[in-house]
Amino acid sequence: MKQSLMLAGFLATTAACAAVAQEKPVLTIYTYDSFVSDWGPGPAIKTAFESDCACEVRFVSAGDGAALLARLLIEGADSPADVVLGLDTNLTADAAASGLVAPHGQTPDLDLPVAWTDPLFVPYDWGYFAFVYDRSKTGSVPADFEALAASELKIVIEDPRSSTPGLGLLLWVKEAYGDRAADIWAGLADNIVTVTPGWSEAYGLFLNGEADAVLSYTTSPAYHLIAEGDDTKAAMPFDEGHYLQVEVAGKLANTDQPELADRFMAFVTSDAFQQVIPETNWMYPARTPEAGLPEGFGTLVTPQKALLLAPEDARSIREKALAEWQTALSQ
Amino acid sequence: MADRPQPIARTLALGGAPAALLVALTLGTLVAVLARARGFSAIGPADLAAIRFTLWQASLSALLSALLAIPAARALARRRFPGRALLIALLGAPFILPVIVAVIGLLAIFGRAGVLNQGIVALGLPPVSIYGLNGVVLAHVFFNLPLAIRLLLQAWLAIPAERFRLAASLGMGPAEVARFLERPMLRETLPGVFVAVFLICLTSFAVALTLGGGPRATTVELAIYQAFRFDFDLGRAALLASVQVALCIVASAMVLRLAAPSALGAGLDRSVARWDAAGGWLRAQDAIVLGLAAMFLIAPLAAVAIRGLPALAGLPAPVWHAAGRSLAVACGSAMLTIGIALPLVLAIARARPGLARLLETLAMLPLATSALVLGTGLFLILRPLADPATLALPITACTNAVLALPFALRILLPAARTVEADFGRLADSLGMAGWTRLRLITLPRLARPLRFAGGLAAALSMGDLGVIALFADPDGATLPLQLYRLMAAYRMEDAAGAALLLLVLSFTLFWLIDKGGRPDAPT
Repeated sequence: MKQSLMLAGFLATTAACAAVAQEKPVLTIYTYDSFVSDWGPGPAIKTAFESDCACEVRFVSAGDGAALLARLLIEGADSPADVVLGLDTNLTADAAASGLVAPHGQTPDLDLPVAWTDPLFVPYDWGYFAFVYDRSKTGSVPADFEALAASELKIVIEDPRSSTPGLGLLLWVKEAYGDRAADIWAGLADNIVTVTPGWSEAYGLFLNGEADAVLSYTTSPAYHLIAEGDDTKAAMPFDEGHYLQVEVAGKLANTDQPELADRFMAFVTSDAFQQVIPETNWMYPARTPEAGLPEGFGTLVTPQKALLLAPEDARSIREKALAEWQTALSQ
Repeated sequence: MADRPQPIARTLALGGAPAALLVALTLGTLVAVLARARGFSAIGPADLAAIRFTLWQASLSALLSALLAIPAARALARRRFPGRALLIALLGAPFILPVIVAVIGLLAIFGRAGVLNQGIVALGLPPVSIYGLNGVVLAHVFFNLPLAIRLLLQAWLAIPAERFRLAASLGMGPAEVARFLERPMLRETLPGVFVAVFLICLTSFAVALTLGGGPRATTVELAIYQAFRFDFDLGRAALLASVQVALCIVASAMVLRLAAPSALGAGLDRSVARWDAAGGWLRAQDAIVLGLAAMFLIAPLAAVAIRGLPALAGLPAPVWHAAGRSLAVACGSAMLTIGIALPLVLAIARARPGLARLLETLAMLPLATSALVLGTGLFLILRPLADPATLALPITACTNAVLALPFALRILLPAARTVEADFGRLADSLGMAGWTRLRLITLPRLARPLRFAGGLAAALSMGDLGVIALFADPDGATLPLQLYRLMAAYRMEDAAGAALLLLVLSFTLFWLIDKGGRPDAPT
């Protein structure tokens, strides 16, 4: 009896809370899991947007970028999402082809190393892929993939089939070397200690000393410098250029909150959003905030050349590049 | 196996509901994915290579785990020494760790920068690499040897004390005891142990990938990932998942046919004394076996503990909140597991042989179920009914319970069959049925395996990342998910602290349920 009373009370409270919440419109944002974690950008961005939208932001998280896209494609036109945040340009062609994303109509000022004309997606952050190493353990570092393959250095990489950085590396080598990509992979085979399911496992193995370098971002050393006061981590600059990861947001065509979604799409490139990015996502903001970048970002390696495949090209080349990768590393 | 098999209707009344839940969560979710895909799509040569590698590594891992478990379980069964109960409990720990934690612990010992290689290099020898098939098998044995030991130990301790008494009075030595008592028991138990480990390794994903060294070590589960996330091809994912299920059914059916019931007969529940194992050489042999097994299993755990200790006290609040949620999910999952497993096991123990084998095979299905397909299927089924995020924790508890069921079944079934064989006739002739029979006959004799199964289910649930990653709302993270979030935010030291917290909580929960909080409880 007592229990059922408690249960009734609980249900009533929940219903009351739901009723209060219902007075405000809810903007549902689909994103990847690390974005919404207590250590990611999510909480600060939710607070900032809610402070003057008279709405409630509701994040729904789904693994990583690829899992996010899979979820959108599965749900199709009746997805409750209003905004999707966290695809990268290697995935946007599939999202665009699904017809689920509507034009954003924005013309933001951006600080990207490449020109941006995508009518469906607005970038919110970006980074260069790079091999990160420990300066206290490794003296001289290779200046390109061929030198890396010829070196004795051991590296950990992510699997392109289960991880977006892994896919980025695959396209990096393909974009830089074209038809020679398979040879590069064959040369790298004896440098690769192992291939992990995701970035976290690879970075963890590197920090535990299992490899001399790991595929990560040029911005990774900023975390160690700013959060840990450790300046031993650095990225290797490669002469053939560095592939970009550009993370984007898009408005769903079937949103039931089109005005709020538009407002959020404009908010994405505002200072309030952008200033949160560097020290939570550890990437470059898509538009440098008024206050500039945090100290420490100035010490980072800046590649001479940025590589990026157009989304359609990334999509069409992906399968062939994967087959080359698989064959070369299975010898 | 009962002497008087029951009518099918009565078996179904008892075991029907648990079996239906099982089928819904395993085959039902697969059908949901298939329905969304509108049919299978073809699998390629790379997928066939993945199937071959998966079978090969799973067979090797299962064979090694089962064989290595024999001497260790025998030593634990016939020796009494201070710390034995603690050792047995600690042996359960690798099994319940989240994969990435266990892998990092293993690498601290066997990795390129691990203790072993530091020793080898100090001796002036070239370092050994564990990445490749050997690493995959090593990790799978690390995960599953403890389970194999525990399952065999249960069976060893279930040999009635009277048999050893009789053997001693007939002057049998260790060889004769092995031949007449232990081998029949192994013949009954070992195939089940083998198939359990084989099926666990069949769906291996993160271990095989991380330690496999590259795409050579591609498993079926990884191919499913690729189909889902790289090719967005649900049809191929469903086909590959069906291959896993088919392999599971074939393997279980083959092995269950092999497993002959032992004919040791009834005992009087006396405590076991082992006159045959008093020799000095046997003592030394057992000591060495146990020492090696303990070192192999405990050293990586010690590495996890040492890495995690500095950050443990200062863990951020969200980690503690997640720990609370995980404890609640684990307790719910343990109760659900027992609630499903007990009727199912009793139904199997009393059923006709054919029906019993069918139910037993069904109960192995969760082991061969792809976590990704299960999660996605469940999502597709539930989405029209409710917001999946609001159901995240109950769904996690329920899925974990079903995933723990195969283990609970392997633990409970031998004991349940013994109870039926030994006391079934007596109970029938006294007209005992229902609750009275459960209370007076079944539960007292199943208490030990029930506690073990409950503890294992709780601990497994504690460490499982599984479906929560697909369903979680941002504020409802469990401890394993929080651990991954810490890693994704570069906070590897806090993640190590969270890993230790997870290890300690899982282990404590397991210990409390298994032993009922009594350190001297029989094992």
